[in-house]
Amino acid sequence: MTTIEVGGVAVERDPEGFLVHPEQWTPEIAEELAHESGIPELTPRHMQVVEFMRERYLTTGTAPSIRTLGKESGVPIKELYQLFPKGPAKLAAKIGGIPKPRGCI
Amino acid sequence: MRKRIVILGGGTGGTMMANRLRRRLDEDTATITVVDTDDRHVYQPGLLFVPFGLAEVDDIVKPRHRQLRRGIDFREGEIDHVGLERERVTLVDRTVLPYDVLVVATGATLQPEETEGLTGPGWQERMFTFYDIAGAAQLARALESFDGGRVVVNLVDMPIKCPVAPLEFAFLADSYFTERHIRGRVELTLVTPLDGAFTKPIASERLAGLLAEKDITLVTEFAVGEADGEGGRLVSWDEREVPFDLLVTVPLHGGAAYVGRSEGLGDDLGFVPTDPRTLQTLARPNVFAIGDATNVPISKAGSVTHFEGEALTENIVRFLDGKELSAAYDGHANCFIETGFGKALLIDFNYETEPLPGRFPTAVGPLPLLKESRLNHLGKLMFQWLYWHALLPGRDIPGIAPEMSATGKELAPEPVGKEANDR
Repeated sequence: MTTIEVGGVAVERDPEGFLVHPEQWTPEIAEELAHESGIPELTPRHMQVVEFMRERYLTTGTAPSIRTLGKESGVPIKELYQLFPKGPAKLAAKIGGIPKPRGCI
Repeated sequence: MRKRIVILGGGTGGTMMANRLRRRLDEDTATITVVDTDDRHVYQPGLLFVPFGLAEVDDIVKPRHRQLRRGIDFREGEIDHVGLERERVTLVDRTVLPYDVLVVATGATLQPEETEGLTGPGWQERMFTFYDIAGAAQLARALESFDGGRVVVNLVDMPIKCPVAPLEFAFLADSYFTERHIRGRVELTLVTPLDGAFTKPIASERLAGLLAEKDITLVTEFAVGEADGEGGRLVSWDEREVPFDLLVTVPLHGGAAYVGRSEGLGDDLGFVPTDPRTLQTLARPNVFAIGDATNVPISKAGSVTHFEGEALTENIVRFLDGKELSAAYDGHANCFIETGFGKALLIDFNYETEPLPGRFPTAVGPLPLLKESRLNHLGKLMFQWLYWHALLPGRDIPGIAPEMSATGKELAPEPVGKEANDR
């Protein structure tokens, strides 16, 4: 278990850096997590995806897949890969403070 | 009052559950109805062999109704939707089937049309899938006349049925072209969205080693955005390209179409959110799910369905008796991985334990885990017989328990070296 400190408050994270308690998430934490993941700045487009992810997670209990993000978040898949390189669903979940989307096996 | 059990899907899970439940519950206690769109039961593991001429379509298809015990009603018809509120299933022909217990066993559906270009020009000409009967048969013809060039094996995205099948296809292709004496003219590439050859670290490393040994190039983290049949290239969302002369792809998977039409039943991909241990769905207490149709975090595979069967049968019987569900599935999965030249690998794992090397105890002696051997290949061939004669009738497979056993597994594996994959 690791922690991330934002504004003097320590927030708990799992070994891969995902927040343990999604309710502790703040936009400041999102900025911090984005930097550490190699995204220099969170634009409104980034936030549109992050907020969609959070809302879906908080209402349904599971994070949406990349296919659903592409269809329903208002950001097409190609752009998702530009905004969140390599793994948009995983990265947006991390920045959004929700658990890692369940690995497909 | 007799209870009505309706089972959606007459494939591996549905057939096995119908037979298991029929043995446990006499006909005065419950009626059992199985619904499927057709009467063709495909032995899906056999599809892998069809493109290489190692199995014929007729060898792997049998009538669904013939696999069901006496006292089970088989209905052929397409499902329109499930009404969870009114506890009834409506078929497209407007037949209504009320249920007391529903079992969702309709598996996964291929969605090639979801990938741009894939079903456009070149589909079934230079772009194929072996994941259905028609595709596997077409690919067999294409391979026969193929005499060199770039063969790309791909999976578009997880989840897919039998996640090891693309690897097996690549291994068998290596063997097939070698036996035809044209391996030197064929460039083999495996293109995956995963960050390695497989989803679990130790197996992934071993399998990557095998790919390298067999001169099969591995391209990772490649999420296909477009398949261009005319230009012969796969294009990723982040604009990388892999050229091909022949593409063998595993298309996107989703749940059955009616799941999406049934309010409250499925998730965004049409799989059914299900408790991973009890196999009761999160939709309703009297709705259960098994096999590829669920969203439980383990491989979509026949062995998983088989191991789930025991716990699910027990839980349904308990549910009908008004008792608490107690049986728990542990995520046990067991897969043979064909590696070509008459050999195969075996992996055995569950929710907590990843595939490890070692030895797997069976009734006829130990099988090597995560290591190529002829015995494992014979095991895979023998499994086809067990499938029709033990698994579908709902019997246990001798010497293989539903719960994963740690016996024989090397819990702290040695580092992967040349000897580890020694033939």
